Amino acid sequence: MAKITKADVEYVAGLAQLTLDEATKEKLVGEMGDILAYMDKLNELNTDGIEPTMHVLEMSNVFREDEVQPSLDREAALANAPKTDGEYFLVPKILDTGDE
Amino acid sequence: MKYEPVIGMEVHVELSTKSKVFCGCSTNFHAPANSNVCPVCLGMPGVLPVINKRAVEMSVMVGLALNCTISRWSKMDRKNYFYPDLAKNYQISQYDLPLCHDGFIDIKANGTSKRIGITRAHLEEDTARNTHTIGGGDSGVDFNRCGVTLLEIVTEPDIRGAEEAFAYLTELKQLLRYLDVSDCNMEEGSLRAEANISIRPTGTESFGTKTEVKNVASFSGIQKAIEFEIARQAKLIDEGGKVVQETRGWDADRGITFSQRAKESAHDYRYFPDPDLVPIVVDEAWEGRIRESLPELPQARRARFESGYGLSAYDAGVLTAEKEMADYYEAVVKQGCAPKQAANWLSVELQALLTEHKQELTASKVTADRLAAMLKLIEDGTISGKIAKEVLLDMFESGKEPKAIVEEKNLVQISDTSAIESAAREVIAANPGPVAEFRSGKEKTFGFLVGQLMKATKGKANPQMANEVLRKVLKETE
Amino acid sequence: MSNDWYKKTAHEIRDAVRAKKVTALEVTESHLARIEDVDGKVKAFTDVWADAARNQAKAVDARIKNGEDVGVLAGVPIGLKDVFCTKRGTTTCCSKILKGYRSPFDGTAVERLQNAGAVFLGKLNMDEFAMGSSTENSSVQITRNPWNLDCVPGGSSGGSAAAIAADECAITLGSDTGGSIRQPAACVGCVGIKPTYGRISRYGLVAFASSLDQIGPFTKDVEDTAIALNVMCGRDPKDSTSADLAVPDFTKSLKADVSGLRIGLPKEYYTDALNAEMREKIMDAVKVLERQGAKVVEVSLPHTDYAIAVYYIICTAEASANLARFDGVRYGYRAPGVGSTQELYTRTKTDGYGPEVRRRIMLGTYVLSSGYYDAYYLKAQKVRSLIRKDFTDAFEKCDVVLTPTSPTAAFKIGEKSANPLEMYLSDIYTISVNLAGIPGLSMPCGLVASGLPAGIQIMAKPFDEETILRVAYTYEQKRGFEMGTPTAVK
Repeated sequence: MAKITKADVEYVAGLAQLTLDEATKEKLVGEMGDILAYMDKLNELNTDGIEPTMHVLEMSNVFREDEVQPSLDREAALANAPKTDGEYFLVPKILDTGDE
Repeated sequence: MKYEPVIGMEVHVELSTKSKVFCGCSTNFHAPANSNVCPVCLGMPGVLPVINKRAVEMSVMVGLALNCTISRWSKMDRKNYFYPDLAKNYQISQYDLPLCHDGFIDIKANGTSKRIGITRAHLEEDTARNTHTIGGGDSGVDFNRCGVTLLEIVTEPDIRGAEEAFAYLTELKQLLRYLDVSDCNMEEGSLRAEANISIRPTGTESFGTKTEVKNVASFSGIQKAIEFEIARQAKLIDEGGKVVQETRGWDADRGITFSQRAKESAHDYRYFPDPDLVPIVVDEAWEGRIRESLPELPQARRARFESGYGLSAYDAGVLTAEKEMADYYEAVVKQGCAPKQAANWLSVELQALLTEHKQELTASKVTADRLAAMLKLIEDGTISGKIAKEVLLDMFESGKEPKAIVEEKNLVQISDTSAIESAAREVIAANPGPVAEFRSGKEKTFGFLVGQLMKATKGKANPQMANEVLRKVLKETE
Repeated sequence: MSNDWYKKTAHEIRDAVRAKKVTALEVTESHLARIEDVDGKVKAFTDVWADAARNQAKAVDARIKNGEDVGVLAGVPIGLKDVFCTKRGTTTCCSKILKGYRSPFDGTAVERLQNAGAVFLGKLNMDEFAMGSSTENSSVQITRNPWNLDCVPGGSSGGSAAAIAADECAITLGSDTGGSIRQPAACVGCVGIKPTYGRISRYGLVAFASSLDQIGPFTKDVEDTAIALNVMCGRDPKDSTSADLAVPDFTKSLKADVSGLRIGLPKEYYTDALNAEMREKIMDAVKVLERQGAKVVEVSLPHTDYAIAVYYIICTAEASANLARFDGVRYGYRAPGVGSTQELYTRTKTDGYGPEVRRRIMLGTYVLSSGYYDAYYLKAQKVRSLIRKDFTDAFEKCDVVLTPTSPTAAFKIGEKSANPLEMYLSDIYTISVNLAGIPGLSMPCGLVASGLPAGIQIMAKPFDEETILRVAYTYEQKRGFEMGTPTAVK
């Protein structure tokens, strides 16, 4: 059975903000399917009670003090912007309100 | 059918750290667009976040004040979604291990006390601001706010109506102000509240479909929005309809909520631990130090005002509603003024002037020292309460010391018996009719005669002495 | 005489510049001329900063003239993988999506090199966003292996490796997420080290997979590796994951002495899958060390077989979030004529990324998505713990683990591009080191029959780069041959 369907590929492409043509989708169904099938190898292992590794270093509490450091000049901040009016980064009109 | 509303609140509060949560940019709200930004908060390639220690401490302070358990071990996670106000297209937040969890806050609504459960309070970064008014069909993005320290406080679905929601927000805001961790300015967006609202037939236990009301600019707006939403849902169900799970905005002008977008069930945030940040460990010692640093909180202060100063529950509530007011009050009392009198002058007389002139207490020229000095002038009989009102107004406008005003305007109370006596004789001589009426047994006329005596002394006669002396002279001249 | 300074090691250049036997400018000119000569064939550089390099060299010379201490890399010409943020030039990760991007800051490692007197020659080719093992995924060009121009130089730091092998730079900087320094170093026959995770600040390294990425140098000899580590290692307050540990003087480890040292050979690495010729080269190297008094012990790394699956889950998941920021809003490529924010994202990303980057973002997004997190990501993080424990156990029995760097020598351009899984499997010997966070170094151990270099990999406990350097230095001194100049760029 296929590990992944075209619908899965389309769903994931939506999350990743990619638009894929039909040929690419078909190709990815195969490639991702192979790779994910390979990854199923991990199910051979019993990992009950094993702590996941989030960091290889056993570190905690790395902080900075609450001190204000110089910011970029606005000109420098906007220097790479594909579109700007000199004050804002410009994007096509935002219609919905995605405030989280 | 009768319905019971079930409401949970999510409050985002910007903590008042001087610098942002993961970089050194200033959090000053009033800076020009895109001037408080750096490679880190702009999500430029190659940058890394470093946690602001004060942000953690402030979060723990709030957690402790909300009676939460502080996580010994917590971590930061990435919440993935795309939006132009998000520099990295993921928000650094906390998913399964928030800094604070399982607390509560007691509120008073409808005359009774009620406990609202706090599910969690977690640390995250604020997003940028989108401006919708740029010409040429574009929106503008200002990243000054992106990366400002944000604490999200989530309640259990314990709230049962708009009034309770209002009371919760009021109590929470008061707490945050007392902790001095946020200015809680809703207009500037430093406190943002959302309500998850559903209804269910009274007496049932299961939850109905909820709607989320957000983007409301005031507590009273939220109260009205919740009232509207409860009624809307009830009507919908009564008419055989179904509540759609969605986000709804609040139109304050029309007084209605409106659909903003269907909450995609496909919101798949793909949370995972942020590999750029190491765990936050708040051990008992650190938690203890933060606990010790907590100021007295509103409920404790209210109780102390009642028992320590003998104030009524009402007065204690009024005086502790704002930390600044309570601090001011205690500064006055500390100078030896009678607590009850100080309470009246502050919460009634001075407050009336502040309200009338739309002034903040902390900005008033009537400092605590000056009010205390004035109260002492009343207590030692230098001025009467009536005169004091005039002195207060003068102080309010000029900022002069009360003693200087009293001297300048010659407002010192006349407590010299002979002076009052001679004035009394003059009043009796000038008012034969009323005097005769009084002597014929009309006790009421005495008040008129006292008034005449006060008028003759330009209000400066010690009122008690005026009474006594007038009675004595009336008797003598009978 | 001045025209062959490009052949020298960094320490030879540094000593000569400090002793005023040559100027930094003369050394720089020598390298610029070499680049002019050979880079048309090798295509290691994506951007040569000739004028800026000359100015930097002149500044070094001026300071030497004033009697100032210029640093341990005085006048040493260095090339940078295009994954490092630099104020000079552009920083593109060889991706269309960052074309023309100019970083407003220099990363910490770059800054430290500069403060030590280095002269930067320019930016070097790489697989787009460091995703690849051949440098064929660059949006700019294909880099050739200086030993055989039809072969790949390995990847993803292929430009950095080739530039050392072709004598275009004295030191280059690379990044290693799953072998991206060690594998290309093996492919071109130079020294490359991935230090312990946390040794060198990642600030200014464009992230691929944050829990695996480390910066490291490519050098012509082991001594240069020690010097480069001395300059770049150490705590950086801008990187929360940089280790707060004292950094030893790594040049003190340059002793040809391994007597009593235990060399672990993991049985899982020496299987039938290992090319016979490659095994022979490794065993020759082991014998050299045995003759110097080292003892060989067999060790076991039982979860080796799972490393590739773990690696490709973790690295793609982290990458899917790290690369989300390239959206055409604040910098970089924006697709033309987009009418909505949705279109801005999808068209910019779809046009901006190459196929391998897209594939990895898709995989990473999938393994994190609702319903799959536990089965893939969490499972992988747990198996990662088992892999770490394998190494902890192995290092109870030995001081270093010695393995091939790669199962085969460099492959032909185009040979593996059709099958991504096959390409992934070629990382088998290098990725466990990243998963465990330990240090690993690759150095040449001769040429196989086809005339291409073979590489040996030396691994040690976390933060024990010193033992690695000692073993590497001993082998380099005692192996009895020189790699010489690659045939295609003689």
